[in-house]
Amino acid sequence: MFSYEFMRNAFAAGTIIAIICGIMGVFVIARNMSFLTHTLSEIGFSGAAFGVFAGWAPLNGMLLFTVVSSVIVGQLSARSERREAATSAISALFIGLGILFLSLANKNASYATSILFGSVIGISASDVQQMLWLSILVLIVVFIIYRFLKFDSFDHTGARVKGLWTNTLSITFLVLVALSVSVAAQIVGSLLIFILLTLPAATAKYFAHTVGGMMILAVGLALLGVWAGLTLSYVTNYPVSFFIAAIEAVFYFLALGWQKVQTAE
Amino acid sequence: MTEPAILKLENLGVTFPNHPVFTDLNLTIHQGEFWSIVGKNGVGKTTLMRAILHQLRPTTGKVAYLPDGGSLKIGYVPQFRNIDSDYPLTIKDFVGLNLTGWKWPWLSRKEHAEIDHILAETGLTKLAKRPIGQASGGERQKAYLAQALVESPNLLILDESTASLDPVTKTELLDLVIELNQRLHLTVLFVTHDIPMARKYSSQYLMLTPAGAEQGPISGLTQEKVWEGEKNV
Repeated sequence: MFSYEFMRNAFAAGTIIAIICGIMGVFVIARNMSFLTHTLSEIGFSGAAFGVFAGWAPLNGMLLFTVVSSVIVGQLSARSERREAATSAISALFIGLGILFLSLANKNASYATSILFGSVIGISASDVQQMLWLSILVLIVVFIIYRFLKFDSFDHTGARVKGLWTNTLSITFLVLVALSVSVAAQIVGSLLIFILLTLPAATAKYFAHTVGGMMILAVGLALLGVWAGLTLSYVTNYPVSFFIAAIEAVFYFLALGWQKVQTAE
Repeated sequence: MTEPAILKLENLGVTFPNHPVFTDLNLTIHQGEFWSIVGKNGVGKTTLMRAILHQLRPTTGKVAYLPDGGSLKIGYVPQFRNIDSDYPLTIKDFVGLNLTGWKWPWLSRKEHAEIDHILAETGLTKLAKRPIGQASGGERQKAYLAQALVESPNLLILDESTASLDPVTKTELLDLVIELNQRLHLTVLFVTHDIPMARKYSSQYLMLTPAGAEQGPISGLTQEKVWEGEKNV
């Protein structure tokens, strides 16, 4: 399997994605932002389609759209009561735009499928390098603002009364999610990004009770899913995102079952 | 009063659009005092706390931390927290959230010791590893209190933090607060509707009414006076 360069690249990219998604996912779950993450992935699809239309690399289109829109979404959804409605409206608009850009770019349905559901074959060494730099950037920012982000994510009330700059933190975090979405979309596709950004962390929440512990477990579960998914995809020739989705979902349902047994005791 | 003043409200007034919340409020709080802030809902108790926390700019007057221009470390225990039974963090981790600043992501040995110390002070040592989502109402309030205390504040604000507790747990929590107040000279502002509790624990009171504010030694506060003040528009 590793004699093929594309598989080596896919494993390198998958490892980067699993690490970034495991870490960011813990904050996504703590901030109840699964739905918003899903929206950002749809915006990512639109951005990638725009990239193709404009003759750029899809990743650059994704970065542009997700980063700009994360700031707008952050401003629009500052009030939690309108968050869902604002997010749905933006999501609908961007899916429509994505379809329009693909049509304008004269690309066929299979191209759309690869943006939406990801692909292991198309990842080059330079893609891996770009993903690595973006991930390092995300990790450095998280490292710097870690304590503030942790406080605001896990106890928003406490952070607000302490006078932490919670709005700035919220927008900074959305931009970081946007970058992570763009990175992760390379393998799992823009529609399934929220699998890696939410399920491993949501599973970890039932077993680990410290932020650090949740991160380690979420990264571990994401790595397991990505590596196993890539291997199974290579062996069976079925889509990698199917395997990753199935593995992460099984972990999550097992965790839910375990939690139910624990509370019943 | 031999203890120094730490907080002074001078002609303080807050007006929301077309609606004055309170006006011309003057109050001096000395270190180690235990004040109860009483008054009916909507009279501006939480607004006053936000002004004291410098989270809200007063319309008139000022909130001064003394000595003038100095800084005051305030621990604040709010009434509500969004913590459900799924909430994953342990009580110790939750308390440690308040240790912020431009530091390493992980806690230092000194910070761990600070948390352990405050957990011991609040009687939570044995519960340190319990997920806070699985703790009882009283244990959670103690954890909120411990989180507010972990940075060693000079002033502790309890903003109706005991409102949802049963009488026994409420007494337990306030016994703990008064013990810290007396032993460490921690100044306390206790925002409450519970007049018997206010009389039991406080040294002074501030009553906000639609017609103005009244203050004095706690012996002057009675339930009848509060009812009278609430009617007095």
